Amino acid sequence: MAAVRSMNKMYGVCFHVVRQTAGLKVSRLLQHRAFRVGAVQRQQPFDSTLEKPQFPGASADFVDQLDFIQPNVISGIPVYRVMDRQGNIINPSQDPQLSKETVLNFYQKMTLLNTMDRILYESQRQGRISFYMTNYGEEGTHIGSAAALDPNDIVFGQYREAGVLMYRGFPLDLFMAQCYANADDLGKGRQMPVHYGSKDLNFVTISSPLATQIPQAAGAAYALKRENMNRAVICYFGEGAASEGDAHAGFNFSATLECPLIFFCRNNGYAISTPTNEQYRGDGIAARGPGYGMLSIRVDGNDVFAVYNATKEARRRAVAENQPFLIEAMTYRIGHHSTSDDSSAYRSVDEVNYWDKQDHPISRLRHYMTTRGWWSEDDERSWRKQSRKTVMEAFERAEKRLKPNVELMFTDVYQEMTPGLNKQRESMWRHVQQYKEHYPLDLYDK
Amino acid sequence: ESLVHWPTQKMNLFQSVTSALDNTLASDPTAVIFGEDVAFGGVFRCTVGLRDKYGKDRVFNTPLCEQGIVGFGIGAAVAGATAIAEIQFADYIYPAFDQIVNEAAKYRYRSGNLFDCGNLTIRAPWGCVGHGSLYHSQSPEAFFAHCPGIKVVIPRSPVQAKGLLLACIADQNPCIFFEPKILYRAAVEQVPVEPYTIPLSQAEILQEGSDVTLVAWGTQIHVMREVANMAQEKLGVSCELIDLQTILPWDTETVCKSVVKTGRLLISHEAPITGGFAAEISSTVQEECFLNLEAPISRVCGYDTPFPHIFEPFYIPDKWKCFEAIKKMINY
Repeated sequence: MAAVRSMNKMYGVCFHVVRQTAGLKVSRLLQHRAFRVGAVQRQQPFDSTLEKPQFPGASADFVDQLDFIQPNVISGIPVYRVMDRQGNIINPSQDPQLSKETVLNFYQKMTLLNTMDRILYESQRQGRISFYMTNYGEEGTHIGSAAALDPNDIVFGQYREAGVLMYRGFPLDLFMAQCYANADDLGKGRQMPVHYGSKDLNFVTISSPLATQIPQAAGAAYALKRENMNRAVICYFGEGAASEGDAHAGFNFSATLECPLIFFCRNNGYAISTPTNEQYRGDGIAARGPGYGMLSIRVDGNDVFAVYNATKEARRRAVAENQPFLIEAMTYRIGHHSTSDDSSAYRSVDEVNYWDKQDHPISRLRHYMTTRGWWSEDDERSWRKQSRKTVMEAFERAEKRLKPNVELMFTDVYQEMTPGLNKQRESMWRHVQQYKEHYPLDLYDK
Repeated sequence: ESLVHWPTQKMNLFQSVTSALDNTLASDPTAVIFGEDVAFGGVFRCTVGLRDKYGKDRVFNTPLCEQGIVGFGIGAAVAGATAIAEIQFADYIYPAFDQIVNEAAKYRYRSGNLFDCGNLTIRAPWGCVGHGSLYHSQSPEAFFAHCPGIKVVIPRSPVQAKGLLLACIADQNPCIFFEPKILYRAAVEQVPVEPYTIPLSQAEILQEGSDVTLVAWGTQIHVMREVANMAQEKLGVSCELIDLQTILPWDTETVCKSVVKTGRLLISHEAPITGGFAAEISSTVQEECFLNLEAPISRVCGYDTPFPHIFEPFYIPDKWKCFEAIKKMINY
């Protein structure tokens, strides 16, 4: 009891709300406001006749018992879910009751992503593309959150959010073009595979350094807030990236500057080989949110409806109230970190199989669909066949395509071509003309 | 210059910065200024009056976190706002190095021009100030000169500061603008009240000469002016003085053309000599002008030590060291 009381003191009323199992519709707006505004009481006149602390830095009461607040990691922030592991709805009031068409789309996007992952992972093993990262096991986090956003909301990702892009309609040809770095790549062949981006779909191009997107997302959200056009920002990152200084910076900035932003942490258990107990000692990432004055929730990332519900409500309130939200989606990285990793070196096959077989976002959603008579074995068979076919066709097209013109090595460094780069460019072509048999010019567009 | 007939006001360097920022906030509704302590006017008074005039959503304090300031600035610029970030001292820019080098500089290139943060300008006080010591005196331009994709600009005076800062803000590439802090109050000029820009990547020849080319930027220009006068009076040597202004991308053409004419080059900066930007200029000039050189290129810079406190008078590349270097070149 003492631990819970101290937790309440530390987290204010936020913790109290999170413990409610009643619907998200219940808005504790006023209490949250009080907690948040309470932290900014510095304009109050100081009055030493009051027995209340007058410090500008905190709004609190005095206490005369020496007690350290216990970080609670044994029974930490609970995990919100809508379906059980078999895909049955637990509390009917939480079923978002999406249409059959919408749910089928969720399922098809998750499985199409899975199919594309299998084919592209294989293609790297065969030396056709240089590198790949799969999304196995995390499809629910992508599709559930993407579906809850507005198409004009800006997405900042890390690298394991291809399903968000797929949900928004990024065509297979463009996924493939980026991985093959061919002449159709919107990124002009400059980055390693899976570093997707799309201006039309408001998905900011991925970069390899981790967590750099987090403070950027805060800045973008601030700019959107000033524009006042009902747009939000979502920022994805893993539990490993959350250890970076940029994560701390981004959380703090978004809260102090009141940004309409959703922080979406995919806690998948591993950062390459580093398990979570070597990544942090506290109660995951959700427990950090209140430390920044941020509303936070932990959800079952393998439950696409839980992800959907939490993201939807967070988005609505982030824009309405101009404050950030933190969603920690618990999930599991079924695949290796990338094609450069063999995870059998640091975890057992049994562990991976548990998640693949017993708690997978795709199978849980399938069960939900089959229970309602929305999806049959025949549907499954023909969809698998069709999705594999479309992926293979895109794959073959991408493979045949030439690489981008080598001129594109020198453009976009600045908006304009500089005299210095122009000279280097000319020098490069002169050299390549002279030594052309040593350069693979035939593979590149002219 | 066409600025000659514009209405002007006496301004020191920090006031000329305020004027540039004021012009920007007035004409660009997306412009925002942020960083540590900018709300009350800034520790060097560069943002005095702007919050009251334009609102707290446009001129605001951030938490004390340089990586956050620059990261936030990049994101705001990506979303279409004109983002002007202040780093309190150039000495504290390093936590933001990853955001500047790995993110801002590469945003356009890596996205195939789908995204860019060209609307970002980072300002920071720069250079020695008499008592600044290790962490209030640094000139870090060389670290950033090695980074394709950003621009690095350093003004020598209030008129230059306003024009170059406005050029950086207008430029569609992320720019770092270093402001010589010793000149904030010391340098006073009649500065046009209306906005104007001075071109980036164009070095300015401040005085023509025939015997030695002097290249510098920021505060050191004023030292070199005196050196040029000393050389003329005591040695009868005619110096051509060039203010580089933009460190990256730098105006190789103007400098090389001058050295072809004079045959001698002296470059001077406060930053430590090894790997300092004078090394880049020297290397390029010897490649382009080798046969024109009458003497080895001379660099008069800070020593390879951290910037010292009590030893500052011995550390800085003062006019005597530069004068001596010219004598050696003439007698080579």
